[in-house]
Amino acid sequence: MLDSWAMRLIARRIGGALVILLLVSLTVFAISLLMGGDAAEAILGQSATPEAVAGLRAVMHLDQPAYLRYLIWLGGLLRGDPGTSVVTGLPVADLIAPRLAKSLQLAGLTALVSVPVALALGIVAAVWRGSPIDRFISVATIGVLSVPGFLVATMAVLIFAVRLHWLPALSSGHDTGSVGDLARTFVLPVFSLACAVVAQMIRMTRAAVCDALDSSYVEAARLKGVSPRRLVLSHALPNVIGPIANAIALSLSVLLGGVIVIEVIFNYPGVARLMVDAVATRDLPLIQTIAMIFSASYLLLVLTADVVAILSNPRLRGR
Amino acid sequence: MSGVAKAAGPQRRARRVSPTLIIGGLLVLFWVVLAAIGPWIAPHPPGQVVDLDAFSPSSAALPLGSDYLGRDVLSRVLVAARLTVSISFVATLIAVVVGVFCGLVAASGGWLDAILSKLFDTVSAVPSLMFGLVVVASLGASTPVLIGTLATVYTPGAFRTSRALALNVTVLDFVTVARARGERLPYIVLREILPNVIRPLAADFGLRFVFVALLLSSLSFLGLGVQPPNADLGSLVRENIAGLGFGAMAVLLPAIALASLTIGVNLLIDATSDARGRGRA
Repeated sequence: MLDSWAMRLIARRIGGALVILLLVSLTVFAISLLMGGDAAEAILGQSATPEAVAGLRAVMHLDQPAYLRYLIWLGGLLRGDPGTSVVTGLPVADLIAPRLAKSLQLAGLTALVSVPVALALGIVAAVWRGSPIDRFISVATIGVLSVPGFLVATMAVLIFAVRLHWLPALSSGHDTGSVGDLARTFVLPVFSLACAVVAQMIRMTRAAVCDALDSSYVEAARLKGVSPRRLVLSHALPNVIGPIANAIALSLSVLLGGVIVIEVIFNYPGVARLMVDAVATRDLPLIQTIAMIFSASYLLLVLTADVVAILSNPRLRGR
Repeated sequence: MSGVAKAAGPQRRARRVSPTLIIGGLLVLFWVVLAAIGPWIAPHPPGQVVDLDAFSPSSAALPLGSDYLGRDVLSRVLVAARLTVSISFVATLIAVVVGVFCGLVAASGGWLDAILSKLFDTVSAVPSLMFGLVVVASLGASTPVLIGTLATVYTPGAFRTSRALALNVTVLDFVTVARARGERLPYIVLREILPNVIRPLAADFGLRFVFVALLLSSLSFLGLGVQPPNADLGSLVRENIAGLGFGAMAVLLPAIALASLTIGVNLLIDATSDARGRGRA
């Protein structure tokens, strides 16, 4: 079923994504150069002798020209060694690993909750287009998309934590002994994160399904007398797998930005909060690495959607 | 942005003006007017402490109470709304003008298309809030840096939209005819393609304005956007967050202001594009 043509197409997409990742690494490195500050001085403090600073600079390759430092940094990233934190002196990888696990937990839970809900509502809105349900969903999604994530989160905290005392306002993620604790810790952050993701996914899913339902082959099937249920499930939906995969990927990429705000508000010990702290302390190696992780996740999401779209497109399969 | 110009189209075709259009148009008009005259109708200087009490309830002197330092909430929101609207508008304008220009050029194909597409793909691969965080941390949070950052983050989207729209038009016969006539690229882009994509581009402008306003507020909320003594709506929420527990106007009003601004723009776009869809069907 997978012939060389589709494989070549997929290989080209992967190649393209790698090129962009390389360009992103250049961009991230260039921006962080603008941040200035001398890592050696930052580590040793103000009382260090010039000799000590010079020695450390040599060890950290800071005396090399920028393009060499970029290559050294890139080589380290590829070998899985993104350097040492300037502020704490710990390896960046050791700092990030536990935080990344926490963030993935949060993002994964959010995806798990939001994808089924969004797909179901999106398809319902498209199938009953123009009905009160559709109009309600459409107004609600516009409302949610118009409100920044930090407002959704603060309002959720106000209502459920401050007023009703149902849930904790902070989410340390530590006291996750029982299922109940887990739920209590994660409900508010996941809810706040899911809002934006779900709203966008509903809109994109609805648009994709509407397009398919408007197409001539669905029209032909309708004229043939196919039942509405079969029309949607076996004529329209198989053709929107690609666009829906795209909708899921793009909506989940909203998570990458949303998670920054949510982790700060709920004091959640994830990688995004580490990033905000790193920006505050100007910890360059940490900032660069986390920026690369976020960009790589974005590219991975988009790439996955592309590949799914290629694999699910029967027209690309037969060639 | 102009509710009047957009209202004319669907009114003619659909006869019945949808409530979405009216609400959206009124909200946008309200904020445009407030952004224009806000600082003049503010009862107090926004930075002046006028009340000894923090988070005091509304009174005759302070219609919406005071904030965490005892400053007038109404005046601060009026000035902040102006800042949010103007920064977002300028950043959106830059993003859309640059994005649309590059998109239309790229749509005519060739090596320029390949380069521009890769370039903008790279920019959009860095999550927007993260990009803002890093740039603002490097260059400082001055207004020009903020505008530049917001514009950079949302140029790729404008590029992709206009490129896709223009690609649909470039394959149409009248463009081929213009090409065969020997017209130059600027003529084809400006006189043949642009007029045919201007309506969807206007909707895209509104949508991008909402994104920009939300990102700006998020940056300000994280403390990396507009810096004191100035404040936009996001910074107002941030600085008064302590009042959230007892529902102080100081934190609720900027939140409501921001939401009503973005909801208004979104409703307006939705109503106008809805009308277009109905007209076609």
